[in-house]
Amino acid sequence: MKFQKKTKVNATIPTASMPDIIFMLLIFFMVATVFKQYSGLKVKVPAASMIQKIPGSKRHVVTIWVNKENQVICDDVVIKKISDLRNVVYQKRVADPQIILALKIDKNVQMGFVNKVHQELRKASALKVNYNARPGEL
Amino acid sequence: MLLGKKRERDVEIPSASLSDIVFLLLIFFLVTTAIDTEKGLDLVLPPPGDIEIKIPKKNITNLLVNASGQVLLDNELVDIRDISRIIKDKIYENNLLVVSLKTDKETKFEDYIRVLDQLKKAEAKRISIAEPEED
Repeated sequence: MKFQKKTKVNATIPTASMPDIIFMLLIFFMVATVFKQYSGLKVKVPAASMIQKIPGSKRHVVTIWVNKENQVICDDVVIKKISDLRNVVYQKRVADPQIILALKIDKNVQMGFVNKVHQELRKASALKVNYNARPGEL
Repeated sequence: MLLGKKRERDVEIPSASLSDIVFLLLIFFLVTTAIDTEKGLDLVLPPPGDIEIKIPKKNITNLLVNASGQVLLDNELVDIRDISRIIKDKIYENNLLVVSLKTDKETKFEDYIRVLDQLKKAEAKRISIAEPEED
């Protein structure tokens, strides 16, 4: 008499290609991560206690440096005349309407000049600003 | 005579997938780590153009900061550190309060940030930035 022999099913997930999948993922995230770093200017930002992270992705952040000699750099463009800032920011805003401006302003800059920067940003309709500050005392 | 020889059992944790686990961890940290986190105080500037919004006088609190960092709150000289407490009380009394922050042309940016920080601490949402007068 012949009994039906139970065949053992080989139930394993093939793992040979797992490293490849993981490498793919690794490469994907390496490519997708934004390492945007501009040299900018040397500024001493003021201290504040209620600081918070800039919301959203770093992709939308445009950084403006103002040092104590009132030199201005926007991302990697040197602004020679303050009235040029309008165009630079406007073009960035056209390319990406949801930009947030991170203002790295030296703590010794006078408000008269900061106000000029404000006015330029308003004219470029870039209204979301974030004053960069370091954590510190009051 | 062959005695029941004890067979040495292979007791090993499979380590073939160890590298994969490590890679997963690596990816996890790559995704979650925010490099050089930028932090600061956020503010929304008024839209361009001179649109005047009428605000009843009783809903306005004036904050004036002069060139030497002294603060005048509704015509009273106050210490910067007291601003948050005073504004908080004022907002509690009147939650439509608009804080008008006016600086001098020569006010240091640092003092402006200190005052703005105090306003954030008082959870003031309605902050109006008045521009310094040009001469």
